[in-house]
Amino acid sequence: MASAGAPTAPEKLRMTQSAHSRPGRPRENSVNSEEAATKFRVRRLAAWFGSQQVLHGLDLDISKQRVTAIIGPSGCGKSTFIRCLNRMHELVPSARVGGEVRLDDEDIYGPGVDPVLLRRRVGMVFQKPNPFPSMSIRDNVLAGLRLTHQLARAHANEINEKALRSAALWDEVKDRLDEPGAGLSGGQQQRLCIARALAVEPDVLLMDEPCSALDPIATARIEDLIHTLRERYTIVIVTHNMQQAARVSDRTAFLLTGELVEYAPTDRIFTAPSDKRTEDYITGKFG
Amino acid sequence: MLSAAPGGRVHGRSAGLGERLIEVGLLGCGLLSIFTTAGILFVLAIETFAFFREVTLAQFFFDTQWTPLFADKHFGIWPLVSGTVLTSGIAILVALPFGLLAAIYLSEFAEQRVRKVLKPALEILAGVPTIVYGYFALVFVTPILQAMIPGLAGFNSLSAGMIMGMMIIPMISSMTEDALYAVPNSLREGAYALGATRLSTIFRVVLPAAVSGIAASVILAISRAVGETMIVAIAAGQQPRLTLDPRLPVETMTTYIVQVSMGDTPAGTLEYRSIFVVGAALFVMTFTMNFVSQRLTRRYRSAV
Ligand SMILES: Nc1ncnc2c1ncn2[C@@H]1O[C@H](COP(=O)(O)OP(=O)(O)OP(=O)(O)O)[C@@H](O)[C@H]1O
Ligand SMILES: [Mg+2]
Repeated sequence: MASAGAPTAPEKLRMTQSAHSRPGRPRENSVNSEEAATKFRVRRLAAWFGSQQVLHGLDLDISKQRVTAIIGPSGCGKSTFIRCLNRMHELVPSARVGGEVRLDDEDIYGPGVDPVLLRRRVGMVFQKPNPFPSMSIRDNVLAGLRLTHQLARAHANEINEKALRSAALWDEVKDRLDEPGAGLSGGQQQRLCIARALAVEPDVLLMDEPCSALDPIATARIEDLIHTLRERYTIVIVTHNMQQAARVSDRTAFLLTGELVEYAPTDRIFTAPSDKRTEDYITGKFG
Repeated sequence: MLSAAPGGRVHGRSAGLGERLIEVGLLGCGLLSIFTTAGILFVLAIETFAFFREVTLAQFFFDTQWTPLFADKHFGIWPLVSGTVLTSGIAILVALPFGLLAAIYLSEFAEQRVRKVLKPALEILAGVPTIVYGYFALVFVTPILQAMIPGLAGFNSLSAGMIMGMMIIPMISSMTEDALYAVPNSLREGAYALGATRLSTIFRVVLPAAVSGIAASVILAISRAVGETMIVAIAAGQQPRLTLDPRLPVETMTTYIVQVSMGDTPAGTLEYRSIFVVGAALFVMTFTMNFVSQRLTRRYRSAV
């Protein structure tokens, strides 16, 4: 989907300073058109921990600037799946991946692709908020840029404010930016982690059960946030909460024991699933 | 639920006599070590008070010579303190970089298998009797250093300090490794997910998160070096000297205590009491450091 003048996709992950198009500009596909551009093209994706195969050949396309929800019973491979999208899976010793994942038409497992650069484009928010305990709120937000030596001092405050505003946290913390990030409430910590992920300006945000440690009010805030972020980012969210999947996502994928059972627009999954197992799962008959 | 059970009994004990005996035995062991410590403190305090009835605090803190065994007696503690600080300082300069790097390697780079072999192997270093280290410093390290450094005396704080540093490397590496290992993986993953490399993850996220544990290990290692006796008694000499020149013979607080206790100083004399005063000063120093170290350890446990 790369336009003619821009650097071709395969080069992007190999350059130190990637010049990929920033989110926020008008795109060729408006948000409400049915045919969105493909961000991830996943083919025959398989994953192992040692000799245990946990993903068995998944095929699916994830659309740009859409929210894609991944649902399924515990242990079915949801986390493993999204960790294959930013090559975090391979950080586990003995973990292995097979098949193909294309991001903007570039094979992210291809030779010469640097996973470190890939992860700057594909951000991630974890189930349990994990702010860096030794850093203040501000330093947490800027951590990604500092860790990757990309922070220009002159822009630090600006980037900090922008990221915290995008994560809907600015008003709550603007007077205590120098206090430790670990001193915030759980929901605030999670939004801090979202701000931290946004500050490096990724294209994609992977969220692994981002609300499972939060109360309903904090959850609602994160869901609102997902709604606004959706216009600029491609979001993949793993959730155990069916209502949440229904509320926030455009498409939903149902995984069962490492296989993709059904992948369809969210309203169809929740009103007229075509697979009996999907129906059983969302109506709470198992899982 | 429990109390509602008819005839159910939740109060009292179900333990038998054997269990009670074991409990009492364990309590006894615990009390014994407390009494021992209290006894030592008591003796130190008594003798220290007796000492200060004859010597003023001003003499103790403001004189620059320590010569209780000579006819012309001086009781300035600083020469002994400087000897101790100098040898321990050299030790920590040697031990800190090696200990930290070893810990980083073991915790962040070594495979599980390598780690399981290397960590105990390193800890063997700490198990070598210190007298062996002492003679190693005196008969092996000092001659080598003398060939390189002009003016290095046969007894000097440099080689004693260096070898003492070798000895405390495992303390630093082992405790630091524990602190690094205790840093939750979620922090490393958080850094990787932001596009951090392995090195910047280690140096900017993992190490700072473990900093109080690392500080605790360093302080404990210093306090071990301060209390170390054999190496300095053998290799650093027995001449109280207020100097920071690592080439000269010095005497540490511990060495002085050994020197007097090995001699035939009669109990009850001022010379005899002086070793308790030095012991008390040593105790205050190491106790303070252990206390700080414990506080820091507790803090990093609650932080992660
Ligand atoms: N580090 C690991 N080492 C070995 N096996 C693992 C590891 N992590 C996950 N697994 C296994 O891989 C399978 C898929 O795990 P995964 O974490 O992807 O499931 P999940 O769908 O995210 O579950 P949950 O909803 O509980 O988070 C499970 O059977 C799990 O036991
Ligand atoms: Mg999971």
